Amino acid sequence: MLFEPYHLTYVLRLIEFPKHDIPFADCKQPKLQLVQVLSGHRGRVWNVSWHPGGNILASCGEDKTIRLWGTEGGPEGKWVVKTSLTDGHERTIREVAWSPCGNYLASASFDATTAIWDKKSGTWECNATLEGHENEIKSVSWAKSGQLLATCSRDKTVWVWEIAEEDEYECAAVVNAHVQDVKKVVWHPTDEILVSASYDNSIKMFRNDPADDDWSCIATLTSHTSTVWSIAFDRTGTRLASVSDDGTLKIWRVYLPGNGEGIGLPDDIDPRWKCVCTIVGLHSRSIYDVAWCHQTDLIATACGDDVVRIFQECPDSDPHQPSFNLVASSSGVNGHHQDVNAVAWHPTIPGLLASASDDGDVKLWKFLEGEL
Amino acid sequence: MSPDEKENRNPTIHKRIEDREITPEELDDSVVDEFDCREIFDLIRSINDPEHPLSLEELNVVEERLIEVDNKRNSIDVMFTPTIPHCSMATLIGLCIRVQLLRTLPPRFKVSVKISPGTHATEEAINKQLADKERVAAALENKHLIKVINECICKSN
Repeated sequence: MLFEPYHLTYVLRLIEFPKHDIPFADCKQPKLQLVQVLSGHRGRVWNVSWHPGGNILASCGEDKTIRLWGTEGGPEGKWVVKTSLTDGHERTIREVAWSPCGNYLASASFDATTAIWDKKSGTWECNATLEGHENEIKSVSWAKSGQLLATCSRDKTVWVWEIAEEDEYECAAVVNAHVQDVKKVVWHPTDEILVSASYDNSIKMFRNDPADDDWSCIATLTSHTSTVWSIAFDRTGTRLASVSDDGTLKIWRVYLPGNGEGIGLPDDIDPRWKCVCTIVGLHSRSIYDVAWCHQTDLIATACGDDVVRIFQECPDSDPHQPSFNLVASSSGVNGHHQDVNAVAWHPTIPGLLASASDDGDVKLWKFLEGEL
Repeated sequence: MSPDEKENRNPTIHKRIEDREITPEELDDSVVDEFDCREIFDLIRSINDPEHPLSLEELNVVEERLIEVDNKRNSIDVMFTPTIPHCSMATLIGLCIRVQLLRTLPPRFKVSVKISPGTHATEEAINKQLADKERVAAALENKHLIKVINECICKSN
């Protein structure tokens, strides 16, 4: 069942950027411009998440608080902290995730619980706590339908939760497929397929089997040589980006049963995922997060070398052997001063990106296209 | 093994090196002096071993020659040598070194703590764990563990 992709390695041409950060009028190259610094967290900021409407940014970190940021005086205004949620968790909050409807915020914590927040009473409060994991929860993700939630933990399991009724969450499955910590869970953008990334260097995909109502593993993606920290689908769900402690960014592509490319066996019932591009040599440390913009198709990475990088697919790229260029990065005085832990593209404003860092700051960036 | 019994009952004890001589240049605030291996060594040499009433220097677990400092790239690489290849304390010792350096060095430094190649049975697994900042962060929130770490570090201060 394991499929070993022969992966093509591209050492990309590193585009030279101007060394200074002051934008000059005739700059034609694409760049990442700092929009605003959001300071307030004490200590490391682990994660950021945009509300689907785009008007709230949630951030969380080792100070055990969630901050909700919004603009002052209209959508073009300055981002300020609107609310701090402080009483939900006893330990580090590792990740926050908005439900697709935008009414709920889920927070995953090292205290082994997931809290669900809503604003039904007029102010944000925690109205449900999901308990069951043995230890630190690393990630939480809502399915597109909003009816399912997934969490993962150092206890090596992935849990699928079903929303039974208002504020009632039931554990629908405990998936024991990884042999080490599970670092990240992400749902497919359209189908009910769950994907997890692990300290065991693998990525796994799961689907509910209606026959026994169990979540079974339909694909195992192996190619990374160390912990896979994060994964992100493109807008179509036919490609997946993954980033790892091995310093590489990989692009995977799905080949459905009976594809014309001759990938996989004719009697395959499950899709095959093949690594079609590996980007090596550009990130000098562990890569902690990846975000694939569903508006612009740009890929952003968050790296332990303090840099946010932006990748763009080459226009004449072969779909079976795509190539990506590094088109901009956040280095320089405006950049983060410590590891970058998370990146998130704004859901409606093309090119607007949020990043979270060990330096305690959240930064907002605008990707500016180059001119020909 | 009873809790009082030590894994390595008769460790070889090494002599402590002389204290660093402070030069007039180092006392002069107008002279920029960069971090060097000796300075990093001085920060970790007195950490107490979790098992023995001895310092990591006396047990030869840490050595100046196993420290690399790159001021330009802001990286510090420390290697340590467990006294025996099956030492169950190796992860804890690594964590103590990491925590001490996290607390004393400016945050611009990227610190890596690893086992000297070939000196521990599960070297790779321990190195991976020590390099995983999420696991380290979670471990440091464990009250019991941080107490043990603090005891090892504080005896030294």
